[in-house]
Amino acid sequence: MLLLTCPCCGAEADETELQPGGAAHLTRVGPGAPDEAFESYLFHRENPRGVHIERWRHAHGCGKWFHAARCTRTLEVFGTYPAQITAPPQPIRDAIAAKHPGWAWKEGK
Amino acid sequence: MPKKRYSAFALLREAARYHSGWARAWASPQPKPRYDVVIVGAGGHGLATAYYLGKNHGITNVAVIEKGWLGGGNTGRNTTIIRSNYLQDPSAAIYEKARALYETLSQELNMNVMFSPRGVIMLAQTEHELRGYRRTAHANALQGVSTEFIGPERVKELVPIISLDGPRYPVLGGLWQARGGTARHDAVAWGYARACSAMGMDIIQNCEVTGIRARGGQVAGVDTTRGAIDCGRLGLVVAGHSGVLAGMAGFRLPIESVALQALVSEPIKPCMDVVVMANTVHGYMSQSDKGEMVIGGGADGYNSYTQRGSFHHVEETVRALIETFPIISRLKMLRQWGGIVDMTGDRSPIISKTPLGGCFINCGWGTGGFKAIPGSGWAMAEMMAKGEPGPLAAAFGLERFREGRFIDESVAAGVAH
Ligand SMILES: Cc1cc2nc3c(=O)[nH]c(=O)nc-3n(C[C@H](O)[C@H](O)[C@H](O)COP(=O)(O)OP(=O)(O)OC[C@H]3O[C@@H](n4cnc5c(N)ncnc54)[C@H](O)[C@@H]3O)c2cc1C
Ligand SMILES: [Zn+2]
Repeated sequence: MLLLTCPCCGAEADETELQPGGAAHLTRVGPGAPDEAFESYLFHRENPRGVHIERWRHAHGCGKWFHAARCTRTLEVFGTYPAQITAPPQPIRDAIAAKHPGWAWKEGK
Repeated sequence: MPKKRYSAFALLREAARYHSGWARAWASPQPKPRYDVVIVGAGGHGLATAYYLGKNHGITNVAVIEKGWLGGGNTGRNTTIIRSNYLQDPSAAIYEKARALYETLSQELNMNVMFSPRGVIMLAQTEHELRGYRRTAHANALQGVSTEFIGPERVKELVPIISLDGPRYPVLGGLWQARGGTARHDAVAWGYARACSAMGMDIIQNCEVTGIRARGGQVAGVDTTRGAIDCGRLGLVVAGHSGVLAGMAGFRLPIESVALQALVSEPIKPCMDVVVMANTVHGYMSQSDKGEMVIGGGADGYNSYTQRGSFHHVEETVRALIETFPIISRLKMLRQWGGIVDMTGDRSPIISKTPLGGCFINCGWGTGGFKAIPGSGWAMAEMMAKGEPGPLAAAFGLERFREGRFIDESVAAGVAH
């Protein structure tokens, strides 16, 4: 069972308490953007077999959204961080890089 | 490889000589340096694509490359439900084509795929579902797919072990497709593999594709764990791993991969001779020829490549099914497993050209592609042979997401199936 620590209330929550929210840090496009940009924002996903940065909600707890960094192949969790941050913070990147040398954060997906 | 026909006579002959004369069902060749067509993924869809390339289009210089063993992906992990009672016209066309091909597949492949058109009921357990299925029944009538909306009494007649009156999920009726059913999943993969091998195609197992080579926007070949292989055309048919292969080819897909689970009980005496799907409670059940109750459950809500799902989904599924089938409450579960399914936003598959020339993709079947194998292979082969999608595939192109032409089956297929 997947366990994530909610960075808002500090509770260690199992997945029955959490609501998955899909890939994180997508660049939202606005009115006037070309169809390709909307297609990319709405539908295209990296869907990696490996490190995945995603959104979760502590649905049956404090109710807040947050971010988690996880490996989709091993289910290893590298850490969680608040929803207000727009890219993975350095300690999370370091934790990932320690297990996945060569992994680098790509902006603007 | 010369193929010996399977028949009652062959069985008798072999019975008389200690089964010493059976030939291998398919060859295990070394990869050649080049093929006209390379298919990645020896699941049902990849093998069926190769088969119809040979059968319908005369293209036999084909390799099917598989990183594990053939049929070891979702094709060998599913609950084998076959039906074609979808809502949208393009879906009805391809799923009904597939269902119709299943009817004669054993004869076609000379392999008993144990297609059993025992009938499939989708239970209506909420007012919303009741209306939804009535609508589907009308849509199916217009599409020429024979289904029928039936009342609770008829459901009870067909499924004596069902409990109609709740308390939480009373059975209000059901969508009945008498010509739906099940088939033996492994045999479908094996049958196509054997037929492909007999046409001279190479099925190369234990060979993982690790890269896709392109020259001037055209596909040139693949890198594999057993060396580089050149090809004229490339078909990616890898279900849950589609995102990984698309990454190698340099494009992204509207797909996310999640784990979907199934489980089987200990074998019991025959008690249910139809397939029952209870979509409100995310559960469905049929009885195998061995007597096991085959149960399918819900998919995980988060990306995963682990081929095992979360335990709480099993609990939820079983808890809900026990209310509908009290008889199963004391059954022991024997085995549980998971597969990685490729989910699209509109719950419909992708059969499409890709941004890379000569590279085609067939994926997005998600929780429900076993039933589609023959039709999907037929449509994919046509597209790969002609370079353009034919009538069955045309609506399933990747561009539908940009153009907003979804084939929305999230209502008809709101649950794993
Ligand atoms: C638990 C469960 C229950 C289901 N129940 C039903 C049902 O009742 N009815 C129904 O219609 N459908 C059902 N499905 C869905 C169905 O199983 C799939 O849609 C279908 O089997 C997909 O077939 P495929 O050939 O596309 O994929 P697969 O059978 O998964 O084949 C893809 C192959 O590609 C290979 N591959 C991946 N990456 C590489 C690489 N890099 N190099 C080489 N090879 C590679 C894999 O090893 C795999 O063998 C269910 C699925 C699951 C998991
Ligand atoms: Zn919290």
